[in-house]
Amino acid sequence: MGLVDRGRMPAPLSKLFNMGRSYSMWVYQWGLACCAIEMGAAFGSPRYDVMRLGVIPLPASPRQADLVVISGTVTDKMAPAIKRLYEQMPEPKYVISMGSCANCGGPYWDSYSVTKGVDQIIPVDIYVPGCPPRPEALLEGVVLLQQRIKMEDMAAKWRGDEFTPMPSSKRAQERAAARREAIEANREPIVVGGGPIE
Amino acid sequence: MTVLSDRQQLSYIAAQAADARLNVELETEGMTLNIGPQHPATHGTLRIIAHLDGEQVVWAEPSCGYMHRGYEKLTEVRTFPQVTTLINRIDWLGSFANEVPFILAAEKLMEIEAPPRAQYIRTILFELSRIANVSLFLGDLGVQMGAITPVFLAFRDREYVLNLIEGATGGRFHPNFDRIGGLKDDLPKGWIDETRQVMRKLRGFCDEIEDLLFGNEIFQSRMRGIGVIPADVAKSFGLSGANARASGIDWDLRRDQVLPMAWDKVDFKVWTHPDGDCFARCWIRLQETREATKIVDQLLDDLPPGPVMAKVPRIIKVPAGEAWVATENPLGEMGYYVVSKGDLGPFRVKIRSASFNNISVVPWVLKGVYVPDIITILASLYFILGDIDR
Amino acid sequence: MVRLSDTGTSETDAAPKALPGDGLREGIVDLLRNALGEGLVDTHLVPNDDLWVRVDRSVWRHTGEVLAADGFDYFCFLSAIDWLPSPWGRGEDDPDDPPPERSTEIVQGVAGGETRFQLLARLNDVRRHVGVTLKCDLPDDDLVVDSWVPLFAGANWHERETHEMFGIGFAGHPDLRNMYLPGDFEGYPLRKDFPLLARMVKPWPGIVDVEPMPALEEEEETDTAEGDTKGDESS
Repeated sequence: MGLVDRGRMPAPLSKLFNMGRSYSMWVYQWGLACCAIEMGAAFGSPRYDVMRLGVIPLPASPRQADLVVISGTVTDKMAPAIKRLYEQMPEPKYVISMGSCANCGGPYWDSYSVTKGVDQIIPVDIYVPGCPPRPEALLEGVVLLQQRIKMEDMAAKWRGDEFTPMPSSKRAQERAAARREAIEANREPIVVGGGPIE
Repeated sequence: MTVLSDRQQLSYIAAQAADARLNVELETEGMTLNIGPQHPATHGTLRIIAHLDGEQVVWAEPSCGYMHRGYEKLTEVRTFPQVTTLINRIDWLGSFANEVPFILAAEKLMEIEAPPRAQYIRTILFELSRIANVSLFLGDLGVQMGAITPVFLAFRDREYVLNLIEGATGGRFHPNFDRIGGLKDDLPKGWIDETRQVMRKLRGFCDEIEDLLFGNEIFQSRMRGIGVIPADVAKSFGLSGANARASGIDWDLRRDQVLPMAWDKVDFKVWTHPDGDCFARCWIRLQETREATKIVDQLLDDLPPGPVMAKVPRIIKVPAGEAWVATENPLGEMGYYVVSKGDLGPFRVKIRSASFNNISVVPWVLKGVYVPDIITILASLYFILGDIDR
Repeated sequence: MVRLSDTGTSETDAAPKALPGDGLREGIVDLLRNALGEGLVDTHLVPNDDLWVRVDRSVWRHTGEVLAADGFDYFCFLSAIDWLPSPWGRGEDDPDDPPPERSTEIVQGVAGGETRFQLLARLNDVRRHVGVTLKCDLPDDDLVVDSWVPLFAGANWHERETHEMFGIGFAGHPDLRNMYLPGDFEGYPLRKDFPLLARMVKPWPGIVDVEPMPALEEEEETDTAEGDTKGDESS
């Protein structure tokens, strides 16, 4: 994919790739605590059936995963392992932080052994609040991530930049100017259910 | 360890070695195998370091602490009602069962007792959380053996139980429903009939799992005679729950102690098994799920009318004193040693969780087994990481 | 239908139904008094409930031996209590204010005590359905006690945990490594003078109702919004 490397990606091709990427996400399940069971219910149970969204929940290793769901309490002892997991994943990679503990420490905000939020270790794209969130909330988080991937600039992601919307032709830019604010709003990490992260 | 248990362990190793004479004849060299801290077979973040000789484990040592959240320290800075929110999350599959012993300990110190209806509903929810917990174990057991289907069945039927818990308490996972002096609320309308239906479904699920897994020849040959824990070893390590009963220890805290709960009003059987192997442990859990559905049915039949909350002050101050209350939780004996100094919050809470003792037997039981049996034994011992590390 | 797995199971209908009585507990106290003599410091019996026994540090292991021989061979737990009142209270002080005066008087609980640290353990008899809680005083300058590992294999992990959380040593324990925390962790978390730093830097949000009522907030928002539009018009 030399095109992506050099940062010159025709917009239609980018759109096509984005469509493909968003509907074939291999998600690695990093289940840590209570949320792991709800994640299991979302990804592994017949009732919620995540595969209809184009998400494949059982990669053999993080080295072939596009997305990791950190679900549960991250302790200081566990943090190096999570950092290593993130480094092992190939670019482009995305992170969903599931549950209050992974978002900010949750009920253990004053504990001596808990990391207050996984975003202190690795960058997070989607926050799913709840203790634990229902499986539907996690699925909504996945859908929101797919929407974001669809309008993402692949080359910027490749360079390791933060989320950048896709560049387009002049005419399309003018047309998109009206929608710019909506995209700007998406620069911030998404919180399922709306509202600020705090 | 006693002399007897050492001898039994040696004879077990000898039997294993005789089974695979070929392995003994081949020249092997030691290697260290690291399983975890995140591995599908460890239900969470347990890490096992196993030193192997060929395919046999020379020694194995679990490394805990990846889920240590410091509950015992945090309880000292919370008030009594706040503590229940925390301790819900110790054994996250059977959350309601975690609250009950703590609330009972606080009630014991305050010398109050919940009204009969509250005691019945507590027992019903307790048994429902046991079903929610153990049904996932039964499904997960298949995954450890390489059978994918049971886990889908378990997730399907577990949802019914979670719906019931959500219907009654408002919380699907962490109900936080138990209060000092009773319960937050009464049961909603129509809940009883629905529960009866779900209990019928769950009995069907148990039959299904038994036909699918327990009757399976491969399953039996991977389970029977593997990971034998004799009764004296089990007692010395403090194994509880199904793990102890599978070793022939007839000890069930629902029957063997006086508690202000409704277990003494119902007729149920405490199953034991003489073998002490992996199969026995799993089989006991299956039978306990069946018994739990029967207990719920019986309790629903004679649910007494009345209030669900005793008279308690608005701001709860527990008088100074010490109390120990343990109950038979889905994973085994879970107890709280509560020390109060007449303050809003407890002075010290020692949480005796079942999995911590249950898993401390792992270095002993993994000695001399084969690598695939590590997974079988860990699955059959059944632990939850929050319950080990707290 | 008789299922395949129903083979080889035992019947438990003949299981003992007897529940413990206070006579049994008094018998245990007598047994310990005869075996330990001066080593038995104090006992506390709550009728129909539970039994506490406080023993001297020198007979800690012997107590375990005597009880194990009498049928208390089920190891329940082992831990400790730090009786010092926490110098930080419940961590609800405002960090900006000077710290309030707190009593540092040590008051022990059931069955008494003389020292700050007290060992706490429980053994069960699964045949007679009775348990006993044991306590043992440990002097501050010498926090060491004999290990129970030769008696109860399960004590191994519990003593490691107690060592990590309280800094209590166990003579004869094979391996007192850290159980939960990383090896370079400093301090003993369950000691009362171990501070929870997250609580030190900001006050517990439960004590002050800092957020305004929803109605007030809406008014404020509309006010500011109007102010902004006015500002835009003037510019």
